[in-house]
Amino acid sequence: MKTNTLKRRAGAAPRRTAKLWQLRLYVMDQTPKSATAFANLKKFCETHLKGCYHIKVIDLLKQPQLAKGDQILAIPTVVRQLPKPVRTIIGNLSNIEPLLVGLDLRPSV
Amino acid sequence: MFSLDSRSAKESQGFPRRRTLHDDMKQQLKTLLPKCPTGIQGLDEITGGGLPRGRPTLVCGGAGCGKTLLAAEFLVRGATQFGEPGVLMAFEETEKELKANVASLGFDLEGLVRRKQIVIDYVHVERSEVQESGEYDLEGLFVRLGHAIDSIGAKRVVLDTLEVLFASLPNEAILRSELRRLFRWLKDKNVTAVITAERGRESLTRHGLEEYVSDCVILLDHRVNDQIATRHLRVVKYRGALHGTNEFPFLIGDEGISVLPITSLSLNHKVSAERIATGIPRLDAMLGGRGFFRGSSILLTGTPGTGKTIVSANFAQAAARRGEQVLFFSFEESPDQIIRNMHSIGLRLEPLVKRGLLRFHSARPSLYGLEMHLATMFKEITTFKPQVVIIDPITSLMGSGTDSEGKGMVTRLIDYLKAGQMTSLFTSLTQGGHALQQSEAAMSSLMDSWLLLQDYEGNGERNRVLYVLKARGMAHSNQIREFLISDRGVDLVDAYIGPSGVLTGSARAAQGALEKAAGLSSQQEAARRKRELERKREAIERQISGLRSDYESETMELRRIDEQVGTSTLMLTSERTASGILRQADAKVADRTRGRARNGKTNS
Repeated sequence: MKTNTLKRRAGAAPRRTAKLWQLRLYVMDQTPKSATAFANLKKFCETHLKGCYHIKVIDLLKQPQLAKGDQILAIPTVVRQLPKPVRTIIGNLSNIEPLLVGLDLRPSV
Repeated sequence: MFSLDSRSAKESQGFPRRRTLHDDMKQQLKTLLPKCPTGIQGLDEITGGGLPRGRPTLVCGGAGCGKTLLAAEFLVRGATQFGEPGVLMAFEETEKELKANVASLGFDLEGLVRRKQIVIDYVHVERSEVQESGEYDLEGLFVRLGHAIDSIGAKRVVLDTLEVLFASLPNEAILRSELRRLFRWLKDKNVTAVITAERGRESLTRHGLEEYVSDCVILLDHRVNDQIATRHLRVVKYRGALHGTNEFPFLIGDEGISVLPITSLSLNHKVSAERIATGIPRLDAMLGGRGFFRGSSILLTGTPGTGKTIVSANFAQAAARRGEQVLFFSFEESPDQIIRNMHSIGLRLEPLVKRGLLRFHSARPSLYGLEMHLATMFKEITTFKPQVVIIDPITSLMGSGTDSEGKGMVTRLIDYLKAGQMTSLFTSLTQGGHALQQSEAAMSSLMDSWLLLQDYEGNGERNRVLYVLKARGMAHSNQIREFLISDRGVDLVDAYIGPSGVLTGSARAAQGALEKAAGLSSQQEAARRKRELERKREAIERQISGLRSDYESETMELRRIDEQVGTSTLMLTSERTASGILRQADAKVADRTRGRARNGKTNS
């Protein structure tokens, strides 16, 4: 798995993988903030992971018990469940660069 | 007139008004500041009832000074003693680690979690695993905390240690504003929160958390003094409440934390007028005839080998024989050794030990620090509930701390014992020569009675003597007594006090013999003089009787002479008459004329 990731990293452009990306977006309530985060994530995935991603939005207002499982502190938070390893990105995802690094789509410099 | 009026007006209005204001304030404080008892021994006394209810309290201190334990105990005691469920949000230790750590204090965190009295939420944030992209807030933390609180209806919350977030979240500006919000949120939730924080170099906490938590700040400290580490607790700040501001030593024992206030806030022990015997009748006699007061503190000082332990053992035996429970703390000898040694002077302690009336507790003074000793002693006392406590000797215990610590410890111990109406006997070892050292004098002011055992050296021997230096509230003897130890026990005898000073031991015996001899010789002398006088008198009497017989014989003689003279005169007269008759009858006439002539001659 690790080597695969490394291989993928080697390519300059993000390569589409056969594997399905499972992403969870933790938000709090239906606020403009939450909406922004979701829109940013959606836009990102459409650009880099078109067709092989799945976003699950979790509203902690409705399901607060889920916060503990993924060690959620900050809101909004994106957790990449698959592929492994689990990655966590916090923030409203307005900044693309750390998102790419965080999701192993680009090696950090 | 006017001024008088105004003054009386002042008096009638000003003073009472001020007083009522003060009372009001107190009342307000009481009503405005409800306290949340921690259940931690001593802490509630210092803070006057506990932490501010419904508000966050900051507990800060360096590494290993017991922040987490204090916080955990606050939760556990809340759940077990006060029926207040609690949430522990841990940032440093996992749930499993926490449970194991507090299990050493006898807290069953596992069981409390199972019974839904405590919720533990381990928050794990690793900077390397988290990427930041754009704006965020810490609502997740709020949600988790809120969920945990609501799930069990928690009244208490512990955040241990929040500052970890500073290391894991890159954006400090967000973090700070979120923390400010968190503390406000905690207040709104009306939970009593304890937030632990690492001590900073300059400020109370490394990241300035005290800026957000302003109601109550407790500082913990772990200092090593003379190779002995002591933990201290200080209430730096307690908004709107009176609190002890001193540094108080505290301990982490196997029953949790106990803070030991050095100075008891009040001096109002109940006292008893009952007297208890010392086990040495003569000593009782010296103490107004009836021994010590129950519940008093007794100091017994003496140079080495003067019999301090023996007096203590006697006291212990006497108390145990009355059916009282006696706790004997020994810091120099093992229980078996004391029992054996006392056996040699005829004190049989082991039956009392077997009957559970006498309990020994032996420990090396250097085993641990003063505070720990004090805590173990308190524990022993609370479990055994003795009426008499003996500490032999207190000096070796005080040696394991500084002077002020030692005195503080004794004060606390005496306070504690007096509050429980326990009679306490402290022995104190003094160096030879000067019997009253400075520390003794300092300690003695805490004691109600003070006995002094001393050595008297002379004539190539050492003898023990005993004084009663002080005995509060009773008429006591000012006399020195010789203290004798034999195989039948101890006894006090009058020492010889005479012009040559105090004599003890063989010198006393010699002096006694000397006096006896002197008495005998003076008796003999008197007898001799008496005999002599007797003899003299007899001689005189003899003389008197001789003289008397002389006198009588002379009287006889005199009478005989008288008789002789009478008869001879008679005879002479009769003879003359006879011869006159014989010569001529004119003798008479002749006589008459002769007489006339003779008369004429003389006339002419």
